[in-house]
Amino acid sequence: MSWLEKIFGSTQPKSAQLAKERLTLVIAHQRTDASIGQHDFLPALQKELIDVISKYVKINAEDIKVQLEKKGNYEVLEVNIVMPEGQNK
Amino acid sequence: MTQVIVVTSGKGGVGKTTTSASFATGLALRGFKTIVIDFDVGLRNLDLIMGCERRVVYDLINVIQGEANLHQAMIKDKHCENLFVLPASQTRDKDALTEEGVEKILKDLEHMGFDYVVCDSPAGIERGAVMALTFADEALVVTNPEVSSIRDSDRILGILQSKSRRAKEGRESVKEHLIITRYSAKRVEEGEMLSYKDVQELLRIPLLGVIPESESVLQASNAGSPVIHSKGSEAAEAYADVVGRFLGEEHPMRFVSYEKPGLLKRIFGGA
Repeated sequence: MSWLEKIFGSTQPKSAQLAKERLTLVIAHQRTDASIGQHDFLPALQKELIDVISKYVKINAEDIKVQLEKKGNYEVLEVNIVMPEGQNK
Repeated sequence: MTQVIVVTSGKGGVGKTTTSASFATGLALRGFKTIVIDFDVGLRNLDLIMGCERRVVYDLINVIQGEANLHQAMIKDKHCENLFVLPASQTRDKDALTEEGVEKILKDLEHMGFDYVVCDSPAGIERGAVMALTFADEALVVTNPEVSSIRDSDRILGILQSKSRRAKEGRESVKEHLIITRYSAKRVEEGEMLSYKDVQELLRIPLLGVIPESESVLQASNAGSPVIHSKGSEAAEAYADVVGRFLGEEHPMRFVSYEKPGLLKRIFGGA
């Protein structure tokens, strides 16, 4: 720190401000993840997927499995569709 | 009615055990029958901070597994009339900590007339930490004004809101309090450290207190006496304020401002 800086203060950006900006983003992201973690949209998603796929292929409701899995720090949305034999054209 | 308070943080080394020890001591000094329980199975340390490590015979896991009764495992504090310590096991696996076991101990403590049970959580978000917060009525979230600690505190708040009994049973949620430790008003003034207002704005829970960075914390742990006993130390006074505020008293925040040295002092040096 030079003597000028000592008297007049540094002109460098303050690191605390940087920390706050970074944390604001990280925490907002974390909180959205947590609300996705409630999984309450899954049944609706499953129903709509069945509707869409049924337009093209004849399938049963049980042939579609939708689930959210937690892997490390992120969640994976897994959709499994069992195609009926001999129907895919 | 016994109140269960968890002291938690997510991140390690931020001052959970220091806070648990001083907070429990402070409640006992106010005349409340208080017990502080170490949930860090495998890495116990509360006994050292409380200065009762040589009197540990039985521990939390012994009680849960029926190898000792609660009275045998509870250690009465040397300095405080109404204060007890329940140490964690040093040798067992943390899987020995069962929800039923913890629930039974809390029920027994209620029958014994305890006013407060302070649960000192281990770091992390695994079994021990979840067990410590499961039965909480209130939570003290200990945070350093530093990025990783603040992010982890936010994570632990999410876990409180999803895994505590109160959340699962749809009762009134766990009452959350923020305690900021290792605070340096000087560094905040210089723009090098997040201010307590910034931290509170980020985490959005009520602030219970700010504990300044203080040499007396290490001295107290060296001596095995909770820092709240260290007369004249800023950390001790800040913890006493925390206890007072928790009990509903109003105390202004202390040790959060720093007076800049004048121009002459900056030119000619000095402290």
